[in-house]
Amino acid sequence: MQRIRIRYKKGEALQYTGNLDLHKVWERTFRRAQLPLAYSQGFHPQPRMHQACPLPLGFTSNCEILDFWCDSEDSLEKIRAMLEKTVQPGIEILTLSSIPLKNPVLQTVIEASDYLVSLDENTDIQDIDIKIQNLLSSECLVRERRGKPYNLRPLIKFLKLFDSNPPSIEMRLSALPGATGRPEEVLEVLGIPPNTVDIKRTALLFSSIDSELLNQPKV
Amino acid sequence: MSAISEIKKKLKTILPTVQKPGRYFGGEFNQVVKDWEKTPTRMVLVFPDIYDIGVPNLGVTILYETINARQDVLCERSYLPWLDMEKAMRDNDIPLYSLESYHPLNQFDIIGFTLPYETLYTNVLNALDLARIPVRSKNRDSTHPIIIAGGHAAFNPEPMAEFIDAFVIGEGEEVIHEVINCFQSSKANRYSRKLTLETLQTIPGVYIPSFYNITYTSTGTIQAVESISPISPKVITKRIVPILPDPPTQFVVPSIDVVHNRISVEIMRGCTRGCRFCHAGMVNRPVRERPVEQIVSSIEKALKNTGYEEIALLSLSSSDYSHIDELVSTLSDRFAGKNLTVSLPSLRIESFSVGLMEKLKGARQGGFTLAPEAATDRMRNLINKPIQAEQLLETAKAVYSRGWTTLKLYFMIGHPSETVEDVQAIADLCKAVIVEGRKIIGKKASLHAGVSTFVPKPHTPFQWSSLDSIESVLIKQNLLKDQLRGPGMKMTWSNPRETILEAALSRGDRRLADVIEGAWRRGAKFDAWQDQFNFNVWMDAFDYAQLTPEFYTTREREFTEVLPWDHISAGIKRKYLEREYDNAQQGKTTDDCREHCYSCGIIPAFSDLRKTTQVAQWFCPEIV
Repeated sequence: MQRIRIRYKKGEALQYTGNLDLHKVWERTFRRAQLPLAYSQGFHPQPRMHQACPLPLGFTSNCEILDFWCDSEDSLEKIRAMLEKTVQPGIEILTLSSIPLKNPVLQTVIEASDYLVSLDENTDIQDIDIKIQNLLSSECLVRERRGKPYNLRPLIKFLKLFDSNPPSIEMRLSALPGATGRPEEVLEVLGIPPNTVDIKRTALLFSSIDSELLNQPKV
Repeated sequence: MSAISEIKKKLKTILPTVQKPGRYFGGEFNQVVKDWEKTPTRMVLVFPDIYDIGVPNLGVTILYETINARQDVLCERSYLPWLDMEKAMRDNDIPLYSLESYHPLNQFDIIGFTLPYETLYTNVLNALDLARIPVRSKNRDSTHPIIIAGGHAAFNPEPMAEFIDAFVIGEGEEVIHEVINCFQSSKANRYSRKLTLETLQTIPGVYIPSFYNITYTSTGTIQAVESISPISPKVITKRIVPILPDPPTQFVVPSIDVVHNRISVEIMRGCTRGCRFCHAGMVNRPVRERPVEQIVSSIEKALKNTGYEEIALLSLSSSDYSHIDELVSTLSDRFAGKNLTVSLPSLRIESFSVGLMEKLKGARQGGFTLAPEAATDRMRNLINKPIQAEQLLETAKAVYSRGWTTLKLYFMIGHPSETVEDVQAIADLCKAVIVEGRKIIGKKASLHAGVSTFVPKPHTPFQWSSLDSIESVLIKQNLLKDQLRGPGMKMTWSNPRETILEAALSRGDRRLADVIEGAWRRGAKFDAWQDQFNFNVWMDAFDYAQLTPEFYTTREREFTEVLPWDHISAGIKRKYLEREYDNAQQGKTTDDCREHCYSCGIIPAFSDLRKTTQVAQWFCPEIV
């Protein structure tokens, strides 16, 4: 049994595939590759896979992470070659690495996510900049999600407008269990309709980087 | 800006605002995208319901694979948008487009609709309208694609005759290529639309409704069906393939969840049981089986191509497949321990079936389904599905004792001459079954009765019969609803108003075009969806067209009446259907025709084809 971590890009072809469906996409990719996935025990055996942090529908990403367990003794190079042939359009595999079986599950080690928001070319950037400054200077920003009020402000770790072409916003939002910031919520505060922009996740930040992990060879 | 980049640009802002946007995006594993500019003939297949229901459709899968195997044709797919997306598309001026290349449908050469059931008809009109194509065939010109349609409902093409340019009757695997070839040569010769259609009708199995004129008697029945041109065939006989070709293995694997996420393999086509209500059993003759090796190797290929976790072995009567035991054993050996689910529907009511299912039982296990259809001997003999009550009870005991907790039983009410006693017997039978289940596994035992209403279908011995009245159906449903309740019991039934619509559309004639278009213009669509079905809209449309549903539903028809589909032949002789109708009245059963030929007409209809195959492959006995 080995535990393998895949880092991959999720592109446009899969931007409307939600987290549960993405799980199936991966399971079928592994099955097409005829890679012997490990399954859970019990009445409804499920493949042993974990995703780091759900990516909201409509976003693309440069930095998704998936851990899976398999009964294969094949090398990472060989497994990678098998997967490249069967992967769903929209997934681009970046690296594979071995992870010690006992390492903590992915979801518990992610602390924050970085997003890049590409705005419409005709955006009034001065107006947005003022709104960003106002937002950053406030201490409390109460929003409501699924009927529950929460304070968005402490979830925003970084927020900045760039006068690029097209103009863009970079933000770092908390991604801890029970304290996850959503980019659409920030955009709404700034008066930007989320369906008029492209949102890409650019980094997932680990809370404590395991030294073993850093030393693992990647392919 | 080109039409495609404009569509893509608009979709960017629309898709984040609709439910399940993955339906409208394409990009699936195994989709086939060809070079639009370099491919001379462009076709699109439309399943006239939403993506979730359309993607698993086996007919579309078969055609998509066989057409795309050709270099000279590209075949793309399109489905109907759900209400929210339709509104967004209309508000933003987006035409219906294909999922592979995002081309508007009106830029294709040929649009092929599949019509598996009648309650999709309004969706066909909606699709044409969203594609900016006139809904009526007569209003189209050389700038529009040729609109073709096929599928089970097309065996009575008349209600849709005004909207479809060419129907293809029967099995599509071979004839679709002939249609495409014919279209290509017509295009090369710069034929007019009319001349193209005239050429198409020389292909056996192709029906061009605009070349036929229908006259009516004073009572509203059909006087005659006359071909306008002397070259139009008097009768259009369905197409069949003499030997089933290799099954499809390149299933499109959607990136979102759809109704069936699985590999479907037809193990056999056709059925020899001769149940008198069954449209599929009559129109899919003769019986052709696939060899075990072909089934197994295609499953292996398809598993590798798709990664699916589920396989469905399809046929009208799996128990009748000659090598069912060998097939099931091979599959359970070959695929054991791979976390695969194999489903095997349509099993005969006998304990042998339970043994078969047990072999296939992987880690995941659903309910067990059987279809007794009726509960008294009189009714069973009438519909020609003779099953002893004891046999059902024995099978039920086997099901409960071998690990299943839920048994699903399908019944049909509203058969000709059915009485309240016949319906009471359904309730009694269900109660007897659950009593047996409780004896074996106690309170865990559950029974689900699915009670549908009989709809007389064209090309069956009951094509002359009347639909049970709504009053009678409601009494029978209430009787069952009162009794089939309580712990472990569940009952589902069909909305009698939906049944009326299905019955009218099934046996309707060409005049229903005004009703279908009228209902659609009043907002009818997704009529197969219980929450979208609007009976009043349909009744208004009938009124406006000065027609009544009763004329098509509850009216009993005489053998002498010209039926709207009499010029379409499923290869079954009218005499055989008449004889079977009489046998039903007299309570006489007709055996499985694998043993003895009752001359339904299928052999003479396809005698030339039969010579090209080995006799045994059709399972029609030699006539001596």
